[in-house]
Parts: sequence; C-alpha cells; structure tokens
Amino acid sequence: MKRLAVVTAALAFTVALIAAMLELETSPIDLRGPVAAQLAASGVDHPVTAVLLNYRGYDTLLEIAVLLLGVLVILAVGVDRPAARTEQPDPLLETLVRLALPLMVVVAVYLLWAGAFRPGGAFQAGAVLAAAAVLRHLAGLQAGWAAPGLRLRLGLVAGFVVFLAVAAALLPQGALLQYPPAQAGMLILVIEAALTVSLGLILAGLFLFLSP
Amino acid sequence: MTWGAAFDLLLAAGLVWSAWRTLATRRLDRAIVLFIAFGLLMALAWARLSAPDIGLAEAAIGAGLTGALLLDAYGALTGRREDGS
Repeated sequence: MKRLAVVTAALAFTVALIAAMLELETSPIDLRGPVAAQLAASGVDHPVTAVLLNYRGYDTLLEIAVLLLGVLVILAVGVDRPAARTEQPDPLLETLVRLALPLMVVVAVYLLWAGAFRPGGAFQAGAVLAAAAVLRHLAGLQAGWAAPGLRLRLGLVAGFVVFLAVAAALLPQGALLQYPPAQAGMLILVIEAALTVSLGLILAGLFLFLSP
Repeated sequence: MTWGAAFDLLLAAGLVWSAWRTLATRRLDRAIVLFIAFGLLMALAWARLSAPDIGLAEAAIGAGLTGALLLDAYGALTGRREDGS
C-alpha cells in the first residue's frame, strides 16, 4: 500500500515535471546570434571553444583552479594508500595497453588541435590522456605516484600558470582575458596545450596519488 | 514516425532502463558495468541533442575515467575482503 502511494506520487511528479517543461517559453535571451557575430574575432572557428576559451575564459580559468585545488587537497591530506597488490598483471591486458597507449596520445593531440574548428578541446584531450595513464597503471606498467617530483609538480600547475600569465600579460589592455583578435588563435592554442597537459596529470593524479 | 524519432525513443528508454538497473541490481560489479553502459548511452544522447562537445566529455570522463575508478575501487574492496577472511 505504502509502495503504491510512493509510486503514484512519483508518477504524478513526473507528469507535473513534463507538463512544466512543455509550458516553458523559449529563452528570451538568445546568445547564438552574438556568439556567431563575434566568431571571426575570437581566433577559433568552433563556437563552443570560442565561448569556453574566449568569451567566458574567466570561467575556464576558475575551473582549472578548482581542479588543481582538488589535487592539492588530496596531496595535503595524504590518504592512506592500500598495500601494493601482488598478483601478476594479465599479459593480454599488458599487450593491449602497450598497443593502445600511443593511439590514445595521438587521439588526445588530435582532439586538442580539432578544438579550434570542430568538437574537441583541452578538457576532452586531457581526459583521454588521464585515461591512458590510468590504463597504464591498471595494466601494471606504472606504479602509483608516491610523492610528486619537480617535473610532475610543474606539469600539474602548468595549465593554471600559463592561463594566469596570459591573463596578466593582457591586463594592461583593460579587460581581463580580452585577447587581441590577431593573436587570439595562437594564445588560445598555447593555453589549451598547457591545459591539456595539466588536466591529464590532474585527472590521472586523482587516481594515481591514491593507489599503490 | 521517422527513424530518428524511433531511435531517440529507444535511446531514452534504454537510458531509463540502464539507470534503473544500475540502482536496483544487487551485485556491485554488475552495477558498475551497467553504469558504464549508462554513460555511453548518455554520450549518445548528447550527440543526438547536437551537443557533441558534451558527448565527448561524457564518454571520456563519465564512462571512461569514472568507470575505471569504480572498477579499481571494486577490485580493492574485494581484494581486502578476501585478505580479511
């Protein structure tokens, strides 16, 4: 009886939600026009990348800052790492990973480059790099990161630092992160390349700093 | 009804079904695999909604990275349980 009442209430709520969604008017603010109008000056040909790295670059700067903060907190808290597993890695998995890793790096670089004119970009490329590192770890080819050395630390902060440096260098022009149209494409590519490396290391670090 | 609409309906039904099975199944390993399948269907749904950027991110982070994390956590959990008993 109770279950019937709950199911009925949930169904009624779903119907109400669908009705409310159909009632919604189309958004009074349509940003597609302005985005398309400024696309030529943004330095890239893909509207999503233009919004992420140019029009709303500030949001992306804060996003990478938050991710970096997350990894720093993990390092600061120092979670107990489980003891190393003793089982032998699967030779089939190992061979497969050895074959897949170079392809994954190529895909990551392609996604980074493609971000300028089609779906892709630093976040997706970074995620593919991180997945490659995690896969390598799971196949037993790479131990967890016990304590980050200098190179790893530099890689972790590279994206944030390069982004901040570009923002600081452009500050005298007036607004924060307002690229001059002539150099916008180059600046965005430099920022995205640094972001890709950092995101890959940060996302992989969330995994590898905590495993044996 | 066009083929596109039929595919969308199938995709929506598959999403709801895999989400329900993920929550309702009793075995943890099965729930994780169903979660990965849910992520891949979700990526497909984003692509159908003409948002391939979000679809890419969902496939890479939602299905790929989170799935690997969950599977590793499951492995660590079962490994510990066997050591303890």
